[in-house]
Amino acid sequence: MELDPLILSRIQFAFVVCFHAIFPVFTIGLASTIAGFETLAYKTGNPIWHKLSKFWIQVFAVVFGIGVVSGIVMSFQFGTNWSNFSYATANFLGPVLSYEVVTAFFLEAGFLGVLLFGRDKVPQGVHLFAALMVATGTFISSFWILAANSLMQTPDGLINIDGIYHVVSWTDSLITPSFGYRFVHMALASFLTASLVVAGVSAWFLIQKREVEANKKALSIALWFLLVLAPLQAVIGDFHGLNTLKYQPMKVAAMEGNWETQPGVPLLLFAIPDESAEKNHFEIKIPKLASYILTHDPDGVVPGLKDVPVAERPPVFIVFWSFRVMVGLGLLMILFALWGLVLRRNGKIYTSTTFLNGLRLMSISPFLAVLAGWVVTESGRAPWLIYGQMTHAEGLTPSLTGGMALFSLIGYVLVYAMVFSAGIYYLLQVFKGGIEHTDIPHELTTVERPSRPLSAAHIGIDEDL
Amino acid sequence: MENVFDLTIIWAGIIGFGLMMYVLMDGFDLGQGILFPFAPNEQARDTMMNSVAPIWDGNETWLVLGGAGLLAAFPLVYAVFLPALYIGVFLLLAGLIFRGIAFEFRFKAKTSKYLWSWSFSVGSIVASFAQGAVVGAYIQGFETEGFAYSGGALDWLTPFTVLTGFGLVIGYALLGSTWLILKTEGEVQDFAYKITPKLLFGLIGVFTVVCIYTPFIDEYVFSRWFNDISFIWALPVLVLYCAYLVYRHVKKRNEGLPFVASMGIFLFSYLGLLASKWPYIVPPKFTIYDAASAYNSQLFLLLGFLFVIPIVLTYTSWTYWVFRGKVKEGGYH
Ligand code: HDD
Ligand code: HEM
Ligand code: HEM
Repeated sequence: MELDPLILSRIQFAFVVCFHAIFPVFTIGLASTIAGFETLAYKTGNPIWHKLSKFWIQVFAVVFGIGVVSGIVMSFQFGTNWSNFSYATANFLGPVLSYEVVTAFFLEAGFLGVLLFGRDKVPQGVHLFAALMVATGTFISSFWILAANSLMQTPDGLINIDGIYHVVSWTDSLITPSFGYRFVHMALASFLTASLVVAGVSAWFLIQKREVEANKKALSIALWFLLVLAPLQAVIGDFHGLNTLKYQPMKVAAMEGNWETQPGVPLLLFAIPDESAEKNHFEIKIPKLASYILTHDPDGVVPGLKDVPVAERPPVFIVFWSFRVMVGLGLLMILFALWGLVLRRNGKIYTSTTFLNGLRLMSISPFLAVLAGWVVTESGRAPWLIYGQMTHAEGLTPSLTGGMALFSLIGYVLVYAMVFSAGIYYLLQVFKGGIEHTDIPHELTTVERPSRPLSAAHIGIDEDL
Repeated sequence: MENVFDLTIIWAGIIGFGLMMYVLMDGFDLGQGILFPFAPNEQARDTMMNSVAPIWDGNETWLVLGGAGLLAAFPLVYAVFLPALYIGVFLLLAGLIFRGIAFEFRFKAKTSKYLWSWSFSVGSIVASFAQGAVVGAYIQGFETEGFAYSGGALDWLTPFTVLTGFGLVIGYALLGSTWLILKTEGEVQDFAYKITPKLLFGLIGVFTVVCIYTPFIDEYVFSRWFNDISFIWALPVLVLYCAYLVYRHVKKRNEGLPFVASMGIFLFSYLGLLASKWPYIVPPKFTIYDAASAYNSQLFLLLGFLFVIPIVLTYTSWTYWVFRGKVKEGGYH
């Protein structure tokens, strides 16, 4: 059998970037959470905030560490597997990625040491400043990388001269039409991730009746955030979709599973899209709702997939279902936020084990929603690498053979499987150690080696303290 | 030339500097992993790892900057080297991952500690070897068609690149051992004093073979060195002088000079390498001008660098200052 380097490279890229994405989305939200706890500690002097901050910093250290390692891999993926794409877009992509290194990565790395290990070495205000700088760094990083991605979705501000892109306007190319929506949607997703993880872990501690007072506070704050953010995310997502309809109509057609350009398109709750037959099986639908959502008119016309030749259609089944997973989880988050509100009124929010156990499960939902969201965005762009301008096949490294791609794909899967299991094992140890252990003297918490991410998490692997 | 400044030259300087920084800084901490199997005992290994623990990841950020900087200033290098070295790059990254996580887990583990020692050591050796092979592949040159690599997956793997690969492994080990002389005492330092001359001779051996071999596989290099004999002959002389310094000061049991002099060996070899190939950056066909990105893009990034880099250096030095006493009192020495 002939191995196709294109398919293998796509699988590899999707795998390594999805793996990477899990960690940033958490670090971005958690960095701000920690900055928030530190601010509260600074303002009120209440030791509970210190405890919480110390605990979550340990979690942060592990997640951040894996984020860094997997990110280094990402920065070389463009060159190894998509060299034609890199070469063509280097005038834009090169400066953007370089700026990310000097404005974000150095900032995060520089202040991380102080955040993790400097608590006793600098005044409290300076320590808080370090927390704020790390949080800022994660946002600057998202700015650059999402600008790069948005350019590939909705290209702007570039001209193509003999196959090489040149930047005509830096503002236009950095802030393309989809950038604002993507940035806000991603930032909210990060905050949602942090809220739901904090809520889930606090709920788990409450079920075990550990450090009840601190965990009640953490849970309460997390749920207030959820109540605001989850509905907001749905609203922003809706705007994002309208923007996509304007610039990437075929992506929306795939999201809706809509084959014909027609008025009064129904919203499909369930369907099995069939790409060869160009229709859906087993549809369960709400009449006219898709038209209404997308055009604010029940009889509005929505573009369908048959508008373009088969080769220019995104993989419908994947996009259709990933979209439903993301939105479904988003709605579930709203439900939990409301449920929490009701329980809060009844005073049962910290005691209802059904609710608390539900929250425990919900702590993985944001990761699934984020991955599903990226799959919608990225697969929905297919076959284009730069929407409407360059296809995946054109961007591929010409010298790449199927054998090479298979070799590296298997390699990355194996390496990441090991890193991931070690990381998860380690995180679980931190969770098991709980908030209680943050009280042990500072000398112990820093282990022997200062200013490095993972060692802030002081719990031994094969033992407890 | 219509533009006032030759930005391409400036960028060649910046990238050259950045890569040198990476090699010197990550070199001595990769060296710890290479020396790991030879360390006298487990305690010595702890000390060796600890001596670089607070700094290694900062050092690696230079690699990320090198990659992104090449894409920005010399995209052709990025788009030819990475595909040509596809397998090597994978090994490099996998090596870096394994040694990176080993830092974190080795100290936390008890029964599985030996696994993380292996992970650290093998990861460091593989990553160093891959980097050395990249240097060799650069000297060999790349088969290109248009502006893309057109050779095979393992073209880079020749006896010559294997030699440069091992050469860099030995070289990094030398940086690592002289670093240990500087930063440790007692048993570990004794070990480092003992192994340094061996590494030095090994390195000079590889260096000599490469120096003799290179002009004969590459006419361009030959003419650079033998046709217009010039000041560049000072560079290998300086390399040998530095090697002599290392040797002498190890014998005298000086602590600082061996490290400085081994960095000198690297610096002058690196300059010699660049001088051999200048201005070719993707040999044998493309010069730095062929490989450069658009003027507009180089300028956009340069302006930002001028503004941001001083800030970066300021807070980086501040954080070093915050932790200034820690190295001694934190018990990690
Ligand atoms: C919206 C957020 C986001 C997205 C979409 C990406 N990243 Fe990322 N990346 C981050 C947000 C981030 C971060 C939050 O800034 C990280 C996570 C952990 C960390 O250390 O910084 C990071 C780390 C990180 C690092 C290590 C930095 C270091 O050495 O400190 C590199 C090289 C990259 N990323 C590169 C990439 C590339 C090439 C991506 C695209 C394919 C990418 N990231 C997607
Ligand atoms: C971190 C969040 C991201 C995730 C989870 C993600 C996910 C994915 C997925 C699943 C694909 C495969 C689509 C397909 O082949 O059907 C893909 C493709 C791609 N994405 Fe992203 N992406 C992310 C961010 C980015 C960014 C920031 C960039 C660019 C700056 C980017 C560039 C690409 C490229 C070049 C491809 C084409 C290769 C391919 O099709 O696999 N991605 N991504
Ligand atoms: C609840 C209703 C939601 C709606 C209507 C919605 C809508 C959308 C749409 C239309 C896109 C694709 C945009 C494009 O590629 O052009 C998208 C992408 C995405 N969604 Fe959602 N979303 C919702 C909830 C969520 C939730 C709860 C999360 C995560 C916690 C999330 C995370 C993402 C991510 C990470 C992307 C990819 C990045 C991007 O393109 O913005 N979404 N969403």
